[in-house]
Amino acid sequence: MKMLAIDTSTHVLGIALADEQKILGEYTTNIKKNHSVRLMPAVESLMKESGVVPEELDAIAVTTGPGSYTGVRIGVTTAKSMAWALNIPLYPVSTLQVFAQNGLGFPGLVSPLIDARRNQVYTAAFSGSTEQNAVTRQMKDQIILLPEWLKVLEQTQEKILFVGEDTGSRQEQIRERLGSRAVFADWMGQTIRPAEIIRVARTAGEARDAHTVVPEYAQLAEAEKNWQKAQSGRSE
Amino acid sequence: MNEHEPIDILAVETSCDETAAAVIRNGTGIRSNVVLSQMKSHKRFGGVVPEVASRHHAESITQVMEQALEEAGSSFSDLSAVAVTEGPGLVGALLVGVNAAKATAYAKGLPLIGVHHIAGHIQATRLEAEWEYPALALVVSGGHTELVLIKEEGEYELLGQTRDDAVGEAYDKVARTLGLPYPGGPELDKLAKTGAPTVPLPVAWLEDGSYDFSFSGLKSAVMNTLHNARQRGEELAPEDVAASFQQSVITVLTEKAARAAEACGVKQVMVVGGVAANSGLRAAMEEKFKDSSIKLQIPPLHLCTDNAAMIGAAAYINWKKGKFSGMDLNGVPGLPLHR
Ligand SMILES: [Zn+2]
Repeated sequence: MKMLAIDTSTHVLGIALADEQKILGEYTTNIKKNHSVRLMPAVESLMKESGVVPEELDAIAVTTGPGSYTGVRIGVTTAKSMAWALNIPLYPVSTLQVFAQNGLGFPGLVSPLIDARRNQVYTAAFSGSTEQNAVTRQMKDQIILLPEWLKVLEQTQEKILFVGEDTGSRQEQIRERLGSRAVFADWMGQTIRPAEIIRVARTAGEARDAHTVVPEYAQLAEAEKNWQKAQSGRSE
Repeated sequence: MNEHEPIDILAVETSCDETAAAVIRNGTGIRSNVVLSQMKSHKRFGGVVPEVASRHHAESITQVMEQALEEAGSSFSDLSAVAVTEGPGLVGALLVGVNAAKATAYAKGLPLIGVHHIAGHIQATRLEAEWEYPALALVVSGGHTELVLIKEEGEYELLGQTRDDAVGEAYDKVARTLGLPYPGGPELDKLAKTGAPTVPLPVAWLEDGSYDFSFSGLKSAVMNTLHNARQRGEELAPEDVAASFQQSVITVLTEKAARAAEACGVKQVMVVGGVAANSGLRAAMEEKFKDSSIKLQIPPLHLCTDNAAMIGAAAYINWKKGKFSGMDLNGVPGLPLHR
């Protein structure tokens, strides 16, 4: 059972290849360079060095967002096209859930943060302590203003571990609200580890037909939002 | 290379608002040609919204590719290559097709061929008839207005291009000014047929001997003319404005195409791209080349608008020349035709 995992949903480009027993290969860069150009050569070289040919893959897993619109599309399109061509199942996995794996074992909540501009974040809440090798979801993926999110978290009781991009730059704002309940992952917690995609897919994932897997943007396109607003204004 | 073995190419095109895939045999035989138009979705916005287009492409790209294979009765083992539009076009839209094609090619161990969208439009004529060289292509669409000389197979030389708006863009803008529904080009063409070219509008010839085009001045002139008439309390008949605009555009397109054809001694001229569907332009070009020894070719409507069959036709030339792309192929919005 060989699975390939792909993540291009943030600045990080990550690929992992694993069989049932072990990671065969893993590749991560965090250099904000063109995912579209670099993804397939990276896949090709990782597969080749691991001695695996495409026909040997039994499944593919991919982060479906939320994150960079273009980044998510590159990863999802690549993964679904490969899965379709190879006629193997595709596991869609939330980018936030994979991020939260960086807090696996944490006694409390894990809140992954991905910047969504204008002081908004893509986030969710997971329980870090688990026997399953995967964090368990407590709150859904969403886009929300950081102060609003902190209000939501204030209502909870446990300690909260923040993982994900730019957690450092938001520390002060978060501490102000949550005080010592807020805990921050160090630099290792700020990028996705690609093999975690495979772990999440195996423990909590759902095998899907490639055609049905689509990016999860967590919000409508700007034009679509405006159009819907105009429509509801008209009917009022 | 075995000349007798059929070369089937799976081609993908996602440069704007059509998600398209096709299987083309030996560059000329259409085994399948699937076009999923997003027109209805973009109609709400009065134009193509790039982010919305990219989202639609990502949702349906694998289904469209599958349908193309099914309709062709092909399996992957029948294919010789996967081809895709690498540019020009909307970057986010291009990226979906490029990444889908790369992933498919890699998964099935097939060679990859990146195709220039305009080369595709030009090669669409090959799906209908043989060519004679040298040939001249007038490329007219929502994103392009170009005169391209093809001295030999697969060699494209840009003679002239628009310095501002593409002709289709000018049509859409003027149509919007006249209050016509989206997409405005075909509506304007229809309206023009019912009017007379009685409104004086400029024709942009540019410098002597130039094969370039300019339509922004004409577009502004239409707006000013309408505005000034309204100021005087007059109402110009929209069908006459449409007919006058159309005449100004078509005069310069046909005349420059004829001059270039003459100067380059071409044996055939083709009109390609979405605006080649324009009935006024088709009629004027037919009239212009009626008594000429130069053969005029205009593909049927469904091959004028964006499709993947044309990408498969152009890709076959690359295949014959052994021009393949690597896994680092990218979507390039401003890809030049001549490299
Ligand atoms: Zn086009």
